[in-house]
Amino acid sequence: MAHLLYLLERRSSLYLKKSELIIKVGMLKDRQQRERYIKKLFFGVALVSITILFLIVFFLFIEGVPIFKVVSIKDFLFGRYWYPTSDPPDFGIFPLIVASIAVTAFSSTLAIPLGVMTAIYLAEVASHRLRELVKPIVELLAALPSVVIGFFGMVIVAPFLQNVFGIATGLNLFNASLMLAFMSIPTICSLSEDAIYSVSQEIKEASLALGATHWQTIYRVIIPASLSGITTAIILGMSRAIGETMVVLMVAGGATLIPTSIFDPVRPLPASIAAEMAEAPFRSDHYYALFATGIVLFLFTLAFNMIADHVAHKYKQVGTATL
Amino acid sequence: MKRMCFIVLALASMFLMVGIVHAGNLNINGSTTVLPIAQKVAEAYMKENPDVKISVSGGGSGNGIKSLIDGTTDIADSSRFIKDAEAKLAVEKGRYPVPFAVAYDCIVPVVHPSNSVKNLTLDQLKAIYMGKVKNWKEVGGPDLKIVVVSRDTSSGTYEVWESKVMNKERVYPGALLQASNGAVVQAVSKNKNAIGYIGLGYVDKSVKPLTANGIQGSAKTTLDGSYPISRALYMFTNGWPKEDTLNFINYVLHPQKGQQYVEEAGFVPLY
Repeated sequence: MAHLLYLLERRSSLYLKKSELIIKVGMLKDRQQRERYIKKLFFGVALVSITILFLIVFFLFIEGVPIFKVVSIKDFLFGRYWYPTSDPPDFGIFPLIVASIAVTAFSSTLAIPLGVMTAIYLAEVASHRLRELVKPIVELLAALPSVVIGFFGMVIVAPFLQNVFGIATGLNLFNASLMLAFMSIPTICSLSEDAIYSVSQEIKEASLALGATHWQTIYRVIIPASLSGITTAIILGMSRAIGETMVVLMVAGGATLIPTSIFDPVRPLPASIAAEMAEAPFRSDHYYALFATGIVLFLFTLAFNMIADHVAHKYKQVGTATL
Repeated sequence: MKRMCFIVLALASMFLMVGIVHAGNLNINGSTTVLPIAQKVAEAYMKENPDVKISVSGGGSGNGIKSLIDGTTDIADSSRFIKDAEAKLAVEKGRYPVPFAVAYDCIVPVVHPSNSVKNLTLDQLKAIYMGKVKNWKEVGGPDLKIVVVSRDTSSGTYEVWESKVMNKERVYPGALLQASNGAVVQAVSKNKNAIGYIGLGYVDKSVKPLTANGIQGSAKTTLDGSYPISRALYMFTNGWPKEDTLNFINYVLHPQKGQQYVEEAGFVPLY
């Protein structure tokens, strides 16, 4: 500080009177102080959300780990039977894990082509006016509360599936995947569209100038250039599907069987937690088992997010040279 | 950092305050099945007697009776009668649990209105829920696959079903799960193949109630004990209740006061 003052004095002594100098330095100090406060404020805000995240994860583990005193990790993850309240209880979540994976995989096979192709159409093919009209509508699909989508699946889609396919119940893997696809399409579409739209004009023009058709430009130049964004969009869409609770609770059926067809009822992990948590006695084995189920679910979504992050960084398009 | 400390302190003091018990306070703990009744009645009671504060929590029947024995609660809600071991432990600790039946729980099997089946015996119900009987024609109905709808295993409704119908056997894993009585009604009313079970208070026109062992589930058959899938719900007090506890129990048992909330909560009132 003294050093700075000395410098200031030397530099300004040529054209500043001493009183003026004091005011200047005072203002400088004031501004620095404010700067520091603002810095601290933002640090605090960032810290709050990080702290909350860590606390949640911490409690998730505190409440979930004690179940492994009752069953081994292997029996918990690969046990075929989930009878948490019978005597003796069985805590096997394998059918639940399979259900979650099946529902996510199947909804992705529906949502990815639809989402990405809609994004390509909107970003590259559609006229500007149409794009401005359709994009908000697709995004509005994301604004639908999941309970409404679940209700739709339960009341409209389930009886429809039952009548058309002649199956025993319309509350099944297929129905749940369909509803989850509705929920992940807007995420996938909107994020991919942003990625595709932001591919720089010069790359496109270069491709077209070399004689490539519009379609060739799209699939040889534009899609590779925005691949990182599209992949991130897909993975975020999938992690939305795997974590979604209300929809699977309402329309997946809830049987703890390992599905053998897409029309079998299933019970994904979040549905089990949501259905049983409210009435599981506090700190009972059942309670711990549900938290441990939550840990498994958390690890799944964490993996998805880490993959998304990795892909986004690794295949990031930096300038035109990396194409 | 100072602000964080303040928040932490504020939170900590809130938790501490919960622990302090004032006079004129009533603690109710126990069965989650009785919880809706206790909550509704407690709210109404506090409206009429603003000087009494009632805190209601649902930690399960066993938990409630345990806290009655430990003396941490005034009233223990329970969906079953006290067990011998619990009664013995209570007496050893110098406490004498007194039961009051406050309501009845009556569970009715329901099917789609188009289903021609009218009655199922308890054995047939058990076989269906164990996954042994898979087609309606095996129990005198149409040639349709049976879709079994069950409740989440921690609900009181499931508990009754498990003890009165399943008799130590497990509901097979292929049964559909719904998380509430209302959701079971919804699922059964939309599916010709389905069978489910719900509390008597939730039966409406969209589903068809079945008779069990030839007896129709109703308030009358529940109260005279002839309907097999029913049980009493209890509140236990420590010794014969006094003061606030007595007033509250009387309020619960009053036909025009507490008992009307029993019906509102979907259970069978005593009168």
